Amino acid sequence: MTGAGSAAGARALGALTRAGGADRGGIAAITRQALRTKRGAIGLALVLAVVLFAVVGPFVAPYSPDALVTVPLSGPSGHAWLGGDFLGRDVWSRLLAGGGALLLLAVLATLLGVGAGTAIGVTAGLVQGKTDSVLMRLVDVGLAFPQIVFALLLVSVAGARPWLVVVAVGVSHTPQVARVTRAATLDVAEQDFVKVAESNGVRRWRIIVFEIVPNLVSVLMVELGLRLTFSITLIAGLTFIGFGLRPPAPNWGVMINENRIGLTLNPWGVLAPIAMIAILTIGMNLFTDAFASAAIGVDRAGDLMLEAAPFAAEAAP
Amino acid sequence: MTGSGTVTGADRIRLSVRDLRVELADGSADVVAEVSFDVAAGHTLGIVGESGSGKTTVAHALLGHCRRGLKLASGSVVVNGTDLLAAAPEELRRHRGRMVAFVPQDPGKALNPVMRIRRQLAESVAGLDNGRARIPAILADVGLDARPEILDAYPHQLSGGQQQRVCLAMAFAPRPDLIVLDEPTTGLDVTTQRRVLDTVKRLSESYGVASVYVSHDLAVVAEVADRVAVMYAGRVVELGAAADVLAAPSHPYTRGLLLAAPRPNEATAMEGIPGYPPRAGQRPPGCSFRPRCPIAVDRCRDTPPPEFVRPDHLVRCFRAADESVRAVAGPLREQAPGPAGPAALQASQISARYGRRQVLHDVSFEVRQGECLAIVGESGSGKTTLARCVSGLVADWTGSVRFDGAELARNVRGRDRSVLQKIQYVYQNPYASLNPRKTVRQILAGPVEHFSGKRGAAVTAVVSQALESVALSPQLLRRFPAELSGGERQRVAIARALAVEPSVLICDEITSALDVSVQAAIIRLLHDLQLLRDLTLVFITHNLALLPSIAHSVVVLQHGRVVESGDVHAILSAPAMPYTRSLIANAPRLDPPGHENPPQSWTADLRETTK
Amino acid sequence: MSLAATPASPGEAVPAPARRAGGTLLPLLGRRLVAGVFTLFAVSVVVFAATQVLPGNAATAVLGQSGTPQRVAQLEAQMHLDRPAVAQYASWIGGILHGNPGTSLVANQSVASIVLPRVLASAALVLIAAVVGVGIGVVGGVLAASRRSGLIDQSMSLGSLIVTAMPEFVVALLLVVLFSTTVLRVLPAVSVITPGRSVLDSPAELVLPIATLVIVIVPYIFRMMRGAMLEALESDYVEMARLKGLSVRRVLFVHALPNALAPVIQVIGLTLLYLAGGIVVVEFVFNYPGLGQGLVNAVTTRDIPAIQFLVLLLAAFYVFVNIVTDVLVLLVSPRRRYPR
Repeated sequence: MTGAGSAAGARALGALTRAGGADRGGIAAITRQALRTKRGAIGLALVLAVVLFAVVGPFVAPYSPDALVTVPLSGPSGHAWLGGDFLGRDVWSRLLAGGGALLLLAVLATLLGVGAGTAIGVTAGLVQGKTDSVLMRLVDVGLAFPQIVFALLLVSVAGARPWLVVVAVGVSHTPQVARVTRAATLDVAEQDFVKVAESNGVRRWRIIVFEIVPNLVSVLMVELGLRLTFSITLIAGLTFIGFGLRPPAPNWGVMINENRIGLTLNPWGVLAPIAMIAILTIGMNLFTDAFASAAIGVDRAGDLMLEAAPFAAEAAP
Repeated sequence: MTGSGTVTGADRIRLSVRDLRVELADGSADVVAEVSFDVAAGHTLGIVGESGSGKTTVAHALLGHCRRGLKLASGSVVVNGTDLLAAAPEELRRHRGRMVAFVPQDPGKALNPVMRIRRQLAESVAGLDNGRARIPAILADVGLDARPEILDAYPHQLSGGQQQRVCLAMAFAPRPDLIVLDEPTTGLDVTTQRRVLDTVKRLSESYGVASVYVSHDLAVVAEVADRVAVMYAGRVVELGAAADVLAAPSHPYTRGLLLAAPRPNEATAMEGIPGYPPRAGQRPPGCSFRPRCPIAVDRCRDTPPPEFVRPDHLVRCFRAADESVRAVAGPLREQAPGPAGPAALQASQISARYGRRQVLHDVSFEVRQGECLAIVGESGSGKTTLARCVSGLVADWTGSVRFDGAELARNVRGRDRSVLQKIQYVYQNPYASLNPRKTVRQILAGPVEHFSGKRGAAVTAVVSQALESVALSPQLLRRFPAELSGGERQRVAIARALAVEPSVLICDEITSALDVSVQAAIIRLLHDLQLLRDLTLVFITHNLALLPSIAHSVVVLQHGRVVESGDVHAILSAPAMPYTRSLIANAPRLDPPGHENPPQSWTADLRETTK
Repeated sequence: MSLAATPASPGEAVPAPARRAGGTLLPLLGRRLVAGVFTLFAVSVVVFAATQVLPGNAATAVLGQSGTPQRVAQLEAQMHLDRPAVAQYASWIGGILHGNPGTSLVANQSVASIVLPRVLASAALVLIAAVVGVGIGVVGGVLAASRRSGLIDQSMSLGSLIVTAMPEFVVALLLVVLFSTTVLRVLPAVSVITPGRSVLDSPAELVLPIATLVIVIVPYIFRMMRGAMLEALESDYVEMARLKGLSVRRVLFVHALPNALAPVIQVIGLTLLYLAGGIVVVEFVFNYPGLGQGLVNAVTTRDIPAIQFLVLLLAAFYVFVNIVTDVLVLLVSPRRRYPR
């Protein structure tokens, strides 16, 4: 298509941006926008509630998570609000104490995975050529099996210590993140404003830091949200199966598994930690979705509208 | 009520629109209102307007269609006795594609990418007598052979021109009573555009259809239309015979458009229209055009102007009768000869390739200090590649570029800082050339800080001045690109280039993405800047008509080769090469032969129709 | 070439015939197959290397506490663990290619005999869940896109966000609580099928695992299908089809749907890939005798040959699904299949 071809689209876009309340393009603005939606606000509230619960929990638990305080698998009572677990420990106290480790591990694993993945993806996207091919072949290997299998493989190799779980889960995120960030980098790097900097002789690293990375931030934020949700799922799942944090450590994943046999007697030993995990992941998902929608609205307006040319011309709602 | 657009005489009226009104879906504001006109069989009505004028909405409404977010509120669209807006959905559907047909703006997108051409053509004649048999005939009529290669092809395998001809075939094959064309030649090369326009004219006449041709390009409309309607902010502000409207416009907006229109034959000083059109729901009280109107008076603020009519000609302006405000074209620019000094930029035998494809073959040109060289070509001519080679952004090219006598390194990396500073580049797409995450100040400050080492207040002073030199307020420094219009963004891009005080400015199709009135303002700005700062300009464009208003000399490219080069006026008036001749001949002209009726006066027969 | 402004276009480029044999299909298939083989090769190296990094080695793992240095050395020699790593790798790969993936360290039978019966069980889960899930998701997505009722749209998209957020074991256990233990008691909570017996003998034990998987995948498929259909329905060509006066049915099924196929095929591929991982946890919850449970057992008991083989099998499944997806997507995308 010649320059004249996209002319109509861009002309129409002109009308729309003049028209349609275009926001500032900043992360803070996108976050504010996300929080204005019901989804975003509720999601963040849920997440914060669970985080608060997990962080403060150990300090307000009525009993130590290891203390035997009641009949095993007894129902809720005055001194054990959610009843007893399969050994007779207080479910409520264990619930309060069981989130911290999970959250910490999940956050660390996510940071590791997203950090490494971004480094690889951005490098591949910027340098291109041979390095790009090599890196992407490696990524393909990483993408060749499910994340949980990858994590299990690493765990089987080195035992199931917590830091290993972090590394295993983190590394299992890396290929996906690398793919996404590479695509985003390629997208940004071919924009004209990057060429302006190149043609002025601005040094490579400056272009990366000041021109390209700021445009990757919203993609990164969405990836962070998605990956964090998945980290929580993976780590809870791994501990549920029995790898990671071992009993007697109070941990929601462990609790769910060890109290399964008592489901018919006291379901709370299973339902309570399930509820906590579910609320956390649901909240994260809602907020990430709201953030992604806000990001698309704010900064991808240009790209999208160029495609949707004629529509923008007339209707300016 | 006698419609103001009534066609007199024995011509059969095929289309009659009355008081068409389209609103936003929630009813909060109107997008198009009070639109009325008639079109006779075999005649073409051109609807002209810029972004936000409502012309595409009207085009869709003629088929009883509206985009999501809008609704057809009231009015009538009567085609051969049937009011499409009042028809039941099933009846309307039957009429579409049979009684009324549509030719889309972007044929590449309007054809189903996973369906072969044969099937899509068959759909348009399904159920008609001799349906299938019509196809070869109609294809021949639009200039395509009914070959298997074309019929069995998928849309993406055809060129833009071929795609559009398929769409024309789909529209004309069922022999409709009305055809609506929505900017069908946008995106096509001049040559292809000429062919399509001729086809449309020929078929409209021979098939006896009534046509409505929507466009933003005045010259195209001048070629194709018998009558012209000018739309602004959702209303028809002028409507009459093409000759009258285009040669002697009565509405200040139409006049503004004509002043802004580039003319290939005269070196006019194009004038833009300041400001921009209001969006739906934000129309100022009284006349919508008032804030931008050079002849507005107090009365214009109080009530919207009704239609002033004489037979055949409607104008929505209180001052339509004022003879004194009737200038049509801007003053001729001083045709100073190009500067004769040492060459500022010399390109010799530039050849470039993308992979295996040779894109440029031995291209050479020269620009003197203070001169403006235009590089003209259609798509695929290599003009942008040429500019990129000169700027050092292309990997694989041979040849040499000399700046101020000194040879430049092939690639940006090898070039001196001062050279990089002196040669600045402005890109075509104002939506991609500004970093969406930076404020205007940061965008402008970047190159300034990079080259001058200044920081802080000193930089602010420089960038404020740069903004002012492109007629923008320093208040914009705090804004993000998303908050600016296309024209404003392009000015920021120009300011960014100017802020580092270059001596050469390369402009790559910088106005292609802008409205005509905005384009005129930018061209004017460039012209003034060039004079003021003794800038050397390299102006790349596909639009020949812009040349006389800004360029001294021109290089014509075709398929990566220089076809012709020399002084603009010499080449435009007496082109030597066939390709150049065809480019000039094929460009649509605002005053094509046949439109020579002298403007008529208003004083007689002034009728005021109140609403 | 005539440049005169005549209607005929003798000079315009004619597209290459659209029916060139296969278009770009065969070259793509070839490339993907080669890439797939390389990936599998690389995966096998990674798996092998990872498991060989174990502290201690297979011999000590087998003998456990009772391993004196001499007995360890003896067993090592017996298991060929004293040979260089590359040779061990070669014999392992060679074994696999000949259909003998080694002997289990734990059960004293060939790995193949442990793993292969489980393949069928997992295949039943995955296939049934995929068919049901894709069916519901695709049909639902098409309906949602063509109706565009604000309320249904909003609630379904919210619902799908919620459901996809929850880990599979959460869904599984909720179902167990609902249908097995607490609310209703109609379905078995765990499976008692031994590996090897056909799972289809006791269909009741299939219901909850399949239901879990279906619940987890349907929202994703639904959203993707709806998104793809919406994009097609809001496209210029669908608008053109409407302006041509085509019937609603034709617009939906002949114009919109075929254009939504490519993203749908990709989603189905991704779903299958996801299921390959989802079965690990789900089979664990329900004690279902499939590959997932096999892998968990193998990791728990450090049965290295079994781990190696299982992971390799899963990787092969991945590569296979990816190739098939790519080929199918190409088949339905004329733009990529017959480039200009």
